[in-house]
Amino acid sequence: MSALQENACLKRMTPSPISSAAAVIEAFAGIPGLLEQAPALVARGRALDCECLLGPLDHPFHVSIRSGRIVDLTPAPVLMRSWRFSYRATSAAWSAYWEPAPRPGWHDLLALTKREEARLEGDLHPFMTHLQYFKDLLALPRRHASSVPT
Amino acid sequence: MTGHIEPMVGRYVHVAIDGEMHRIYFEENGDGIPLVCLHTAGSDGRQWRHLLADEEFSRKFRIIAFDMPWHGKSNPPAGWTGEEYRLTTAGYTATIRAFCRALGLEKPVVMGCSIGGRIVLNLAIDHASEFRALIGLEAADFQAPWYDTSWLHRPDVHGGEVCAALVSGLIAPQSPEASRRETLWAYMQGGPGIFKGDLYFYRVDGDLRGRVGKIDTGICPLYLLTGEYDFSCSPEDTRRTAAAIDGASVTIMEQLGHFPMSENPGQFRRYIAPVLSEILEHSTISTKQGAHV
Repeated sequence: MSALQENACLKRMTPSPISSAAAVIEAFAGIPGLLEQAPALVARGRALDCECLLGPLDHPFHVSIRSGRIVDLTPAPVLMRSWRFSYRATSAAWSAYWEPAPRPGWHDLLALTKREEARLEGDLHPFMTHLQYFKDLLALPRRHASSVPT
Repeated sequence: MTGHIEPMVGRYVHVAIDGEMHRIYFEENGDGIPLVCLHTAGSDGRQWRHLLADEEFSRKFRIIAFDMPWHGKSNPPAGWTGEEYRLTTAGYTATIRAFCRALGLEKPVVMGCSIGGRIVLNLAIDHASEFRALIGLEAADFQAPWYDTSWLHRPDVHGGEVCAALVSGLIAPQSPEASRRETLWAYMQGGPGIFKGDLYFYRVDGDLRGRVGKIDTGICPLYLLTGEYDFSCSPEDTRRTAAAIDGASVTIMEQLGHFPMSENPGQFRRYIAPVLSEILEHSTISTKQGAHV
């Protein structure tokens, strides 16, 4: 995708309010801790070792997963750091996805890609083999939605 | 003291479909107007268990749900040698009509969900006079793809896991957890490639755009009900489809997704009860007037 096409694609997406964007970044940084409190989810990812890029479109995180645990989460960019797949969404999309009862069309990772509020890129194999894991992992802040101002 | 036994019974009927014998499993309960229920792609008739057991509906309707060949307890036909399964518009239509004939159903109501909703539209286009009423849940003449179906059937991805995970997002967040898990369980149990093969009909062969305008709801009433959380067949897809059909009834169901009858049976009941009442009332009036119904 050219830079021009990418900009055109981004323009179709809902702009995110700055105050919400900061909260979304903060919530993302808290996901590894929430995962540690969800042993059943860690167990479902027991066969997963993966480097991926997750988070807000313009402030994603490099995430290293080993045996279902997040062993590293670092804000991008990191010089020459590789990733296999990327799932990034607008801050507005993350805020909506984390609402206790998300609105129709904002309630699923693939609903967000369909409405062009999120972008899924790269080698999708680890994402598809662990699709429910990633849906549940990225929904973890929903349980703590009161701490995410929208 | 014996345990609670649900009222539906399951049996097998041998049906010739396009010249090939199939052993079709079906469950039924009730007496009255035949109501044939069609499950979604990649699942089976268990999705209808709450409707089948409904005490009030079963007093006026003979509720029947069958497993499509290759689904649930309907095995592939004896002549199948392992070639890729692909559901087609013609084959799906033939299956439903053959099943109804095999059970000797007179002017049944057919209610289908998802692919079942799509084929209901085809029944309305080509065979309306055979049916008393048609109900399409999560039905549209076409909807935009939102994933690549090749992920559903490949040796390096667990089919059951990926099928269930994909459709999990189509369930409304308000649906009870137990019903959500039960709905997904059927997707985890499908045969390899069967969900993908069903979607051949949905994505490729069953595009009904430009054809639904031929539907005459004066011959057979058509009801379309879609859950607000269904982003696969969205409310907009259903409204667009209905806009081309004079007399089609449209209802958008709140707090429901793509599997209304199984993901939240209580919520679905609120929406389907008035539809069944209207069909019953219409049938009663027609009978009193001496019309053949």
